[in-house]
Amino acid sequence: MPKYNLNVNGKPRSIEASADTPLLWILRDHLDMVGTKFGCGIAQCGACTVHIDGNAARSCSLPVASAEGKEITTIEGLSEDGSHPVQMAWKEVDVPQCGYCQAGQIMTASAFLAQNKNPSEAEIKNVMHGNICRCAAYNRIQKAVEIAAGNME
Amino acid sequence: MSATSASITFSRRNFLRTSSLASGGLLIGFNLFTACKSDVKPPIDLAELNYKDFNAFIKIAKNGAVTIFSPNPEIGQGVKTAMPMIIAEELDVAWDKVLVEQGVLDTENYTRQVAGGSQSIRFSWDALRQTGATAKQMLVNAAAAKWGVDASELSVSEGVITNAAGKTLGYGDVVDAAAKLEIPENVVLKEPKDYKIIGTDQVNVDIDKIITGKPLFGLDYKVDGMVYAAVLRPPAFGQELESYDATEAKTMPGVIDVIKIGEKAKALLGKEEINWTAQLSPSEKVVVIAKTTWDAFKAKKAIKAQWKDTSTLESTEYQDKKLNDLLDGKEFTTLREDGDVNKAFAQADNVLERTYESPFLPHNCMEPMNFFAHVTDKKIHLVGPIQTPEDAANTVAELLGRDVKDIHLEMTRQGGGFGRRLYGDFVYEAAEIADAIRKPVKMVSSREDDMTTGVYRPAIKYRIKAAIKGGKLTGYQLKEAAINGNMYGLIPNFFPAGAVENYRVDVANYESNITTGAWRAPYTNFLAYAEQSFFDEIAEAMDMDKVQLRLDLLEKVKGTTDERIQYNPERLQAVLKMAVDKSGWGKAPEGTYQGVVAYYCHNSHVAEVADVQIENGMPVVKKVTCVVDCGIVINPLGAKNQIVGGVIDGVGHAMYGQFGFKDGVPSSNNYDTYRLIRMNEAPVVDAYMIQNELSPTGLGEPALPPAGGAVANALRAATGKRIYKQPFMEDLDFWRVEEKEIIG
Repeated sequence: MPKYNLNVNGKPRSIEASADTPLLWILRDHLDMVGTKFGCGIAQCGACTVHIDGNAARSCSLPVASAEGKEITTIEGLSEDGSHPVQMAWKEVDVPQCGYCQAGQIMTASAFLAQNKNPSEAEIKNVMHGNICRCAAYNRIQKAVEIAAGNME
Repeated sequence: MSATSASITFSRRNFLRTSSLASGGLLIGFNLFTACKSDVKPPIDLAELNYKDFNAFIKIAKNGAVTIFSPNPEIGQGVKTAMPMIIAEELDVAWDKVLVEQGVLDTENYTRQVAGGSQSIRFSWDALRQTGATAKQMLVNAAAAKWGVDASELSVSEGVITNAAGKTLGYGDVVDAAAKLEIPENVVLKEPKDYKIIGTDQVNVDIDKIITGKPLFGLDYKVDGMVYAAVLRPPAFGQELESYDATEAKTMPGVIDVIKIGEKAKALLGKEEINWTAQLSPSEKVVVIAKTTWDAFKAKKAIKAQWKDTSTLESTEYQDKKLNDLLDGKEFTTLREDGDVNKAFAQADNVLERTYESPFLPHNCMEPMNFFAHVTDKKIHLVGPIQTPEDAANTVAELLGRDVKDIHLEMTRQGGGFGRRLYGDFVYEAAEIADAIRKPVKMVSSREDDMTTGVYRPAIKYRIKAAIKGGKLTGYQLKEAAINGNMYGLIPNFFPAGAVENYRVDVANYESNITTGAWRAPYTNFLAYAEQSFFDEIAEAMDMDKVQLRLDLLEKVKGTTDERIQYNPERLQAVLKMAVDKSGWGKAPEGTYQGVVAYYCHNSHVAEVADVQIENGMPVVKKVTCVVDCGIVINPLGAKNQIVGGVIDGVGHAMYGQFGFKDGVPSSNNYDTYRLIRMNEAPVVDAYMIQNELSPTGLGEPALPPAGGAVANALRAATGKRIYKQPFMEDLDFWRVEEKEIIG
């Protein structure tokens, strides 16, 4: 099996896997980083969202071969201690119900807010609508994104 | 109905036991279900048990640290936070210093550790308070003995005991002495006005782990040497495995083996001792065992399987006809009958009759079905997300011909439940695989597996008929045609039962090979929409205000002596009046159209008002005002989350949830073809809770059922059209309205 050198949360990681293995399963099964969640496998629900070179990407549909040489950031690497403004806002608002989709929601929101610190309600809805929350905590997700926007450096 | 009275007495010895910890400290075990159900005899002499036999605990260490073990499965309903809060309140400790841990299943002694029916808080309210208060009294008694004073002279705040002279002792200072004391018989519970934790906003106890991506869920669980399993199941309901060729799959990267399972599950089919939660497939299944999930998923696609038809391959049209035939037929079971509806219809000035239809619905928990199993000759280790852990353990014991005492089952946090994880099919699969390969293994369903091998909310139809005479509602008949079962329990006695003199509920169903079961708020999740939109038509036929019709009907139920009627007309009127007030009912600005619902289910009273506006020629649900009376609210922050989420879930499925079958094959298998509500479609939900001091009732489900009705009624107000079928947005052209000219 081919070997890949990845940069995950600032650390070099070397793994062996078939070229078509989605980054999601590399993270979860090869590297034991289970914060990134499996939801649909077809880039429809957003549970698996990570950052690739700072942009939100669906890791379930990104072959490991194309992740080489890129900066990969997962929920585990967003901050060392949960102190990223988006994580703090999620806690302040108490967003989660079951909590399963929230890592993906946080990763989508944090990539978005890094590029747009003063988003309109329509912009927030537009970017977040790719992430499904089956518990439908949408009102709180929206509120948390608004709060986080004000606290982004 | 009085609730907070401290006079409820338990025999504390029957449900409490204390133990000194070897490491120092006190452990108090309590058995919720013995305490709650006084008619249930403990299975064995509780006095003979030691602490490990109890299904929930308070642990107080010598340094004063308090750990509370939460017994019930956490599926997103918030009990892992709320149940320990109740104990902490009466124990009088600082909530932010309490550590909460998930308790494991104890199959030896207890009969119910279940997440279902919105009952966790309702059933445990008294026992949890008694437990906390008893522990506190023992600690106070120990301090009193140490100081040589009477316990009544001492006061407690946040785990610190203070005497009349102002000296203090922490719980940790007296915990060893307390552990040796008799369990007090007459503890006093707090008055609600003295609550410091109950009624305060507390963030989910798992929040830090959730936002930092720590392992929490079943899919996250992992042990050394664990392998992964993907299961190939029949593509259609009504089919079974005939043969398969795994030659190619076995050569694929990471594949360890390809095996066949299902014989054991098949052998249990029809056995009487198997619980209702056991969903057993008649078909054998092919399983890929691999080093990673992806390897297993990929190799599964390479298996060439032949399937044979063994029973009817149902299509939506077939089901539709079956249900219509039931409604048109005469074979009904009558669940409630008051007066004579036929006479009322014969004598009526006006008879209204409408039929309401719903599709199947998959649960779509975000965490797909999965379970860990490791079977050895000595024990069976099961870990994962399951709402009915005890049933799952019992069925696995039957399945593998093992003693249930061999089973150790741990519940993880669960990525949604919605009723799907009441059924343990995925646990049995994991166990049968683990038994065959004798390695620790995680069975993982793909989304396609999850959606196409579900335990669905069945399609259902209601036909409702009303008699109106002399400006009054004189008769009401509800007919239900369903699949694999009918409405259960007290549902036939929910509102408007008791409000109409001639009243009847008739039900019928047919047996289908499609697996069906409970889905968040079973039956009422669709019934509420059917009845509450029918009420609006009754109001229109009687030329009455829609709120007034409901208030008048409820007025007739006041003082009822019918014990089957458990909804309270005063409480339902109160939530309705508050919803009218908070939503600005009748005073909506131009361009906003409203629909109202008042409903009772899962022991809670709820009213909702939906606001619809027309945008780009289409009606859009902008806001829902929801008022809930669920008695005392333990954690308002978590409670509001349940209400808001429940409403949006209800709106989403009523608007978009579409699922059917073609020759036994489900119509959708993933989110590209199955529409779940998303943020841009979610209304703003204004949630309110009635403040009272009545015992807590359910909250995980009750906010959902009224939402569909409120939306349907608002859509009618906005467009003049009535919708009799879910999902409402199946035919967009039905709703398209011509843009009105804006007059300046």
